[in-house]
Parts: sequence; structure tokens; C-alpha cells
Amino acid sequence: MLHIVACIKQVPDTKIIKMNPKTNTMDRASAPAILNPYDAHAVEEAVRLKQRYGGTVSVLTMGPPPAVKAIRKCIEIGADEGYMISDRAFAGADTLATSYALTKALNKIAKERPIDLIICGKMTIDGDTGQVGPGIARRLDIPPLTSVKKIVEIDKEKGIAILHRKLEDGYEVVSSTMPCLFSVEKDINEVPYSTMPNMLRAARYNPHIWSVNDLEDVDKAQLGLKGSPTIVSSVWAPQKPQGGQMLDGKAADQVSQLLGIMLEKKELFQVKGESTS
Amino acid sequence: MSFEDYRGVWVFMEVKDGAIVPVAKELLGAGRQLADKRKTELAGVLIGDGVSALAEEAIYYGADQVYVYDAPIFKHYRTETYMRALLACTEKYKPEIILYGATSTGKDLASAVATDLPTGLTADTTQLDVEEDTGLLLASRPAFGGNIMATILCKKYRPQMATVRPKVVRALPRDASRIGTITRESIELREEDVRTKVLEIVRQTVQRVRIDEADIIVAGGKGLGSPAGFQLIHEFADVIGAAVGASRDVVEAGWIGHHHQVGQTGVTVTPKIYFAIGISGAIQHIVGMQNSGLIIAINKDPGALIFQSCHYGIVGDAFEIVPMLIEQFKHALGKESSYARKV
Amino acid sequence: MPEKFDCIVVGAGPAGIACAYELAKAGVNVLLLERGEYPGSKNVMGGVLYRQMMEDVIPEFYKEAPLERPIVEQRFMMMDKESALTFGYKGLEWAREPYNNFTVLRAKFDQWFAGKAVEQGALLINETVALSCIVENGKVVGVQTDRPDGQLYADVVVLADGVNSLLAKSLGFHREFKPDEVALATMEILKLDKKVIEDRFNLEEGQGCTIELFGDATKGILGTGFLYTNKDTLSLGVGTLLSGMIKHKLKPHHLLDYVKNHPMIRPFVQGAESQEYLAHLIPEGGYHSMPKVVGDGVLVVGDAAQLVNAIHREGSNMAMTSGRLAAETIVLAKQAGDFSEAFLDRYRKELMGSFVGEDLKKYKDSTHHFDKFPQYFEQYIPMMNRAASQMFTVDGTSKREKQKKIWRDIGSAKEKVKIARDMYRAWKVMK
Repeated sequence: MLHIVACIKQVPDTKIIKMNPKTNTMDRASAPAILNPYDAHAVEEAVRLKQRYGGTVSVLTMGPPPAVKAIRKCIEIGADEGYMISDRAFAGADTLATSYALTKALNKIAKERPIDLIICGKMTIDGDTGQVGPGIARRLDIPPLTSVKKIVEIDKEKGIAILHRKLEDGYEVVSSTMPCLFSVEKDINEVPYSTMPNMLRAARYNPHIWSVNDLEDVDKAQLGLKGSPTIVSSVWAPQKPQGGQMLDGKAADQVSQLLGIMLEKKELFQVKGESTS
Repeated sequence: MSFEDYRGVWVFMEVKDGAIVPVAKELLGAGRQLADKRKTELAGVLIGDGVSALAEEAIYYGADQVYVYDAPIFKHYRTETYMRALLACTEKYKPEIILYGATSTGKDLASAVATDLPTGLTADTTQLDVEEDTGLLLASRPAFGGNIMATILCKKYRPQMATVRPKVVRALPRDASRIGTITRESIELREEDVRTKVLEIVRQTVQRVRIDEADIIVAGGKGLGSPAGFQLIHEFADVIGAAVGASRDVVEAGWIGHHHQVGQTGVTVTPKIYFAIGISGAIQHIVGMQNSGLIIAINKDPGALIFQSCHYGIVGDAFEIVPMLIEQFKHALGKESSYARKV
Repeated sequence: MPEKFDCIVVGAGPAGIACAYELAKAGVNVLLLERGEYPGSKNVMGGVLYRQMMEDVIPEFYKEAPLERPIVEQRFMMMDKESALTFGYKGLEWAREPYNNFTVLRAKFDQWFAGKAVEQGALLINETVALSCIVENGKVVGVQTDRPDGQLYADVVVLADGVNSLLAKSLGFHREFKPDEVALATMEILKLDKKVIEDRFNLEEGQGCTIELFGDATKGILGTGFLYTNKDTLSLGVGTLLSGMIKHKLKPHHLLDYVKNHPMIRPFVQGAESQEYLAHLIPEGGYHSMPKVVGDGVLVVGDAAQLVNAIHREGSNMAMTSGRLAAETIVLAKQAGDFSEAFLDRYRKELMGSFVGEDLKKYKDSTHHFDKFPQYFEQYIPMMNRAASQMFTVDGTSKREKQKKIWRDIGSAKEKVKIARDMYRAWKVMK
């Protein structure tokens, strides 16, 4: 029986987020909060492993109280339990402070039920970093395996997982000791339309919610904004384009002008010629 | 230990198929500028099996110093082994800055190293600078879908780390007369202690030209009218050895597959030359190609937004202009065979 | 084993939510199904929330609900091509508790309202389409949804699934609409600075104004338009009978673009950023096209029951009242253990005895009347504008002379008789 934990996040839907054209900033209120699409694949993969090998799927998130919705979404996909850490102390965390807080929560979950496998999505659509998963693995001192596109076999008795990692031009077959952490690619699976029994269970489900004081051995200096080495010093709009130089005249003139310019910029091509040599 | 003990700019020299990957050379170019500004050393860290010969290449592209970990245990990239090597090296020499290409390997390694050190890590940087006196790395990246930029700092930890997107900075020309120091390093690491094994590598050849790696892209938009009209783009691209790109509406209309889509929801590209033909120039497209070396726009509508974001613009009918361009290029390419790389 | 509920409400719009809220409050085990991502996400119209009917469900809701602005002024604009005759009422008694009406954005408001129903104990399931009613021995016993293992059972099913109610059709309660029974409404939400809105509409901070548009707003086709002030957006919409659009070969967005650029409207909306574009069918058939609303184990409420007063653009208030009345009957049915058509018919009687039924009967011929006699929109509104222009233009002509000119403008004696007859007819159907 496996215990798989998927780490998930609620994010603003950047596909439909509206920008304030004057300030060039994101109108966060305009974007509905959704389960990070990559994480849906992580949860789905955990559910599939549960169906294959038996066990329990838990999900863990850090976020403000409304993030309960993202946990319910995971229950719809088929997760059994949901855990959320929610506290002002966690606010403003960068990837390092996030992986610290999540690790503390994972330790607490593992005390109740030891964890065999942790699955994360490739990255979040709001942060775009993909750094939290490997960070958690390092803190727990278990192997991080990123770019996972297929899980071939999980053998809990032998403590071995075999999987495919995506490469730029193919994939590699890797074995790892367990427990370990996977960051999965989007194409690892398709998330199917949830069943009605799962929908009903999710609508009634209340996750376990922990504040910072519910966690053990926490060094508060490593949490939230205080515990984040990186800070955003400034946000600025990229320079507005100046507008191009227009090539006038009849079509034939325009074409010959353009050709002239291209030949002037011949060095653009030669740089490439050298760098590939 | 104070920040003064941390000196030097490092670049992780990712190796693939026996060669240094292009982004690592680009980072040597960018790292050179940072190191010069700080009046410090630029070093490459080279990890692999049988990679010693590549150390000189790193010097030719700008490194003063190369640390080499060459051992069979490093045959394939594995987070655990590479991380141990890099952590040991960092511990020993204490760099101020470490840059990684934002490839899957670079990002994987950087995430692990940052956690262990621990230090801050900025992902997918597109602009780099350093404060001359303090050594503070100014790592900027597009945020929130690319409409605004955020500059990210790591004030209280050293080394400072960033992954940098391929093709946003320039490599220096290769200079075989450059000299530098090559230092061999090693760490105690036994295969039986490593928890992951690479059992097999399966290559799947990809036929199509990847638009994110192409030097020249010819991209078409809804202005071409129909899938038949879009053939003109393929034809032109064939002649000049370019990859084919497309705007979102064209992809959504099914004229061409999704992997050709340039823009916020598609691929970000930085070719040397970008042709935008029949593309109106919506913001979401512009953010995906604005860093191209030379942008040429052809559109019937003089008011098209694309003309604000191009270097040269032609107001005209693509079906008149492009066939002429094809003829002219064929002619020019006959004489200047090095003009464009055949793919 | 599929679950069985006391009641399933299909559709989380104003009618469905009000019904589920009342049921849950009375301790009925109720499931509320919504096809959109969340309640309100697929909801378009409205824009005006009627305080009284909402308070019948949640007293003093205005203290916490996400409302846009209390309406202190209602204007009516009779528009010609480059003129408009405007009248209206502004009263500051509407700016104070308990207020009169409010502008709302349905996406926000319905989400809040559904949340209240969930607080009372209703179970809400989003992103799920109810495909048909499950009927056993002539009695509705549940619904079939589009999800795997998607059957749900209940003693009674409430159909609140909107104007084009799939489920009412599946039961044969509804026939397909005729084009003159539905209006196609399109609406744009336009972003504008709070302060600018208040300046342009002459409002104190936080107050709201609605403008109903007639005549050239719809290019003279039978229909209306509206311009409502929200917190930091405007809602601009037009709706005409589908039959009128077909006849004039117009696309919905053409009309919206037309009114947006109309010289009488442009100054209000200039510089506003388009935020959302929505289109929706509104039942306008009224009393005559009301379907069967009660069956064995089933009730129909809201738009699904065609409960809209086309003349006064009132739909959400009728919807909420019908939902509330349906809930009352279901609570009694549960006590009696009787969900037969005969017992549930109490809902129909209550509905027809309420303001909903009264208003529907009163205006039952109105839409058809105006549709049959296009001159109201095509001729009379421009005529009124010319008359007003004559009257108010200061050009040295005496008022007496002006009145003569206006009278001449109306046309021949025969025309005058016709107008008088039309006005009488209009008064008769409206009164």
C-alpha cells in the first residue's frame, strides 16, 4: 500500500488574467483562482498509481483560506485526503521558504502515515520556476526526479521506482530508490472528467488545516518573506517599441531595399556559423 | 564569513553529446561582462565523463578558469552526483555568482544546489547586470505572462544564483588565443551510494525544425487568408532555410500545429531574423518574439501594431512582396552560399 | 449505489439559488447543480437587483452582498439618430437604507448568493450539465448528468436551468421557441474609473444610475437597450426580439457597436476599456408562452418557466420569487410525503396569485402588440424627438407657431387618427 502525497498550489488563471493597460500590472481580482494545471496532472498520476498498486493519495498545499477550493478540486480528481498549511507567517515566501514550510508539513503528514512518494507538477503558471519540487526533495534528502513523463514501475518491497525522464531529444530510463520525489510533465497523463461520486465527496470534504503552530521544529526565521533570500526589487514595463523604419515605394523597391538591409546584416548569420562549429 | 570572501563569477558548463551546449557559451559571454565589471575572475565548472578536452573551449569563449570534474560517475547527468560536485567546488572556492542555462538540466541542478547551500535562485532570467561596488546581481525576468519585467535580488546570501534563458545573451566570438587556468577537481563519490541510475537513453529524432532553436523564422498570421495562402510561408521558409512560426489565431484555426505558435501561450523565440507576415501584432505575440535580432514586418494594414515592434516594415500585399523576395533570395543564395544555414 | 437527495435543483441562477437557499434553511437535503465553473459564470443579464424580492429571501442582504451601486436615478431615453428625449426620476431616499434597487454584476453576486445557500447546508456541484430527467412510471425521480456514474436521485427535481431549459424540453413541458418569443440580448462590460463614472452620470460617490434606451438604440427594431453604472464599470446592452434581428438581417454585435457609437451614448462610454462581451437569450413571450410548471416530482422556476416581464425588464425578481415559492411547496410536500403533481400544484397557484402571475397577465399582450405595430419604434420616437427639438430650439419663432409646426409634422388628419388609436392601444396593454 503506497502513500503518495501530491504538492499542489492554487494560482490565478493567467490565461484569462486581465492587464491594467495603464500600469501594465496584473489585475489579480479579474482572474479566477484555479488549481495549477500542472498540479492536476500530478494528482491524476498519484491516483493512477493508487489504482495500480493500492494505497492512499494525499494532497498538500500552502495558501490562504480560499485555497481550500484547489484541494477540493484534487478530491474531485480522486485524492483521498487534503492538507493545507495556512498562516500569515508563510506569506511572501519565495521558492526556498516555500519548500521549507512544505517540508515541515510533509514531516507531520509522514508521522501519521509514512510517505512513499511525493509528486509535484512541473511548475506553477504564476511563478514559472519549477524550483519548489527539487527543493522539497533536497530538504527531505530524497532523490528529486524532474521532467518525469512516465512511471514504469513502483516496487515498494524493493524500494525501487523506474521512470522515464524527458530529454530534449528523447527520454532516459532511470531507476531511483524510494521514497523519492517526481516533478511530472503535462503529457504524463490526461486528467479525465471527474465522476459524480468524486464530485459529491469533494463538495462535502473539509481538509486538515494547519497553522504554523501545528507544525514541529519550525525555525520561524526561515518562513515567509523573512525566510526568502530573493526579493523583487522593482517591477518595470519593458521599453515601448519605437516603431520600425518603413520601407516605401513600389513592391519591387521595397523588396530591393529589404534585401540590401539583409546583406548589410550578414554578420548575424556568421555568428551562428561559428558557434555551431 | 563575510561577503568579501565570495569572489568570482561562475558558469555551469552543461555538456550534451560531447559538446558544450550553446547557452553555456552565451553565459560565458554575459559572465565576462559581469566579471569585468567586478574586476574578478570568470570561471566555468565542467562536470562529466571524458570532458577534460572541453575545458579549453570554455576558455576560448571567455573563461579565465575552469574547474573540471571528470569521472565515470558523471557519465550521465544525475542531480545527486552533479550537485555534490558543484557544492564541493562552491564550498572550496566561494564564488559570488553562479549562472546556469535555463535548460531542464540547468534548472534541476540549480534548484537542488540552491536548497542545500542555501541561497536565492532566480529562474528564467532574461537580463543580467551587477552592481559594481556591492556585487549585487540584478537578475530580471518577465513576470505575469511577460507584460512586465521584475528585477530580483538576493541581498543576504552568497553565492547569488540565476538560471538564464537560452538566446537572451550573446556568446563572445571563439578566440583560440585566449589563455586561462584549468584546475582538476575530484570528490569522493561511490556509484553504490548514488540512489539513482540511468538505465538507458532513448533518442527520438525530431524531424521538424524547432522554432526555439532556429536562426531565422518566417511567421505567418491570419492576414494570409487561408491555409492555402499560408503555404507561401512554408515556401519562403524553405528557400531561406528558416523555421515556420505562426500567430495564435492561425494555430487556433488549425492551419498549422501548436508547436509553431510564437507568443505568450506558445514559444518564446529569439532568432537572428524574424519575419512577421500578415501578423497584426497583438501583445501576446509580441512578447514571444520581441527579442529577435532583426524583425521584419509585412502587412497590408498601415495601422497594424506589428509596425511598432519591428525594425523594418513594409506596407503591402504579402502575395505580391513575398514571391518577389523568394526570387531575389534564390538569386542571392546562389552566389552567397553561406548566407543562410540550410536545415 | 447512486445517492438520493430530498431535492435536486438544476441551475444556480437567481431562481435556483433562492430555491436551494430556502430548502436548505428548512433542513431539506438539497443538491444544487451548476453547469458553469461557478454560479454566475454563465449568467449574463440582470444588472439590476430588486431589493424587495431579495430581502424576502435574505433580509438586509445589502449589508454584506457584493453589490455595485444603489440606484438613485432611473432615466429613460427616447432616442433618434442624433437626438434624444430623456426623462427620469432621481430620489435620494433611494440612497439610504433600505434602498430601492441595486446594480449588480451577476458573476460576483450569484457566487455570493450560492455561498449563502451552501452555508445553509445546500450541496453545490459546479461544472456539471444535467442532460435529462430520470422518469420512472411517469414520475420524475432524478437527473442524468454528463459525468461518469452521473445519475442522481431525489424526491423532487426543480428545473431552474434557464431560458432554453433542456430538462423542461426533455419532459415535453417546453416546445421550441418561436423567434418572437425570445429576445437576444448582448452586453458589454466597460471599465471606467469610479470618479469618471460619477462625473459623467452626475452622481455622488457610490451612487448609481440606470438608463433605459428606446428607439434608435435598437435601430428602431422592437427592443430596448440599457446603460447601468457599476462600481468601476458600465454595463451597456441591447436586446431585441430574435424575429426582429432575423428580419433586419442584423448580427447581435452590430447593434451593440451601433449603440456604443451612438452620439447620445458615446460621451458616457468614451475611453472605457471593454472588459467582457456577453450574449444571452431572454424569454419575452410572457404569459402566453409559459410552459407547464408542475409535474409529478418536478417544478419549473425562473427563466425556465419564461418568467420575465418584457416591458419592465424584470426577470431576476420574478426568478427569485418563483424559487422561493417552489421551496415553500417542497417543504410542505416533504412533510406530507407527497410529491405528486396534484400536491405540487400548490406552487403554480401561489405563483399565479403573486405579483409574478399578476404582472405576467397584465402585460401578456404587450410584446406582441409592439411587434405587430412597428410604428411605435420606427415613427413615433423620432416624431417625439422632432417635436422636442422644435419646442426647445430658440430661433425667434413663437411657441404658438412651434406648436403648429409640430402638429403639421405629425402628418395628415388620417395619420393623426392613426396615432391616437395607436397611443390608446399602447396605453391599454401597458396599464
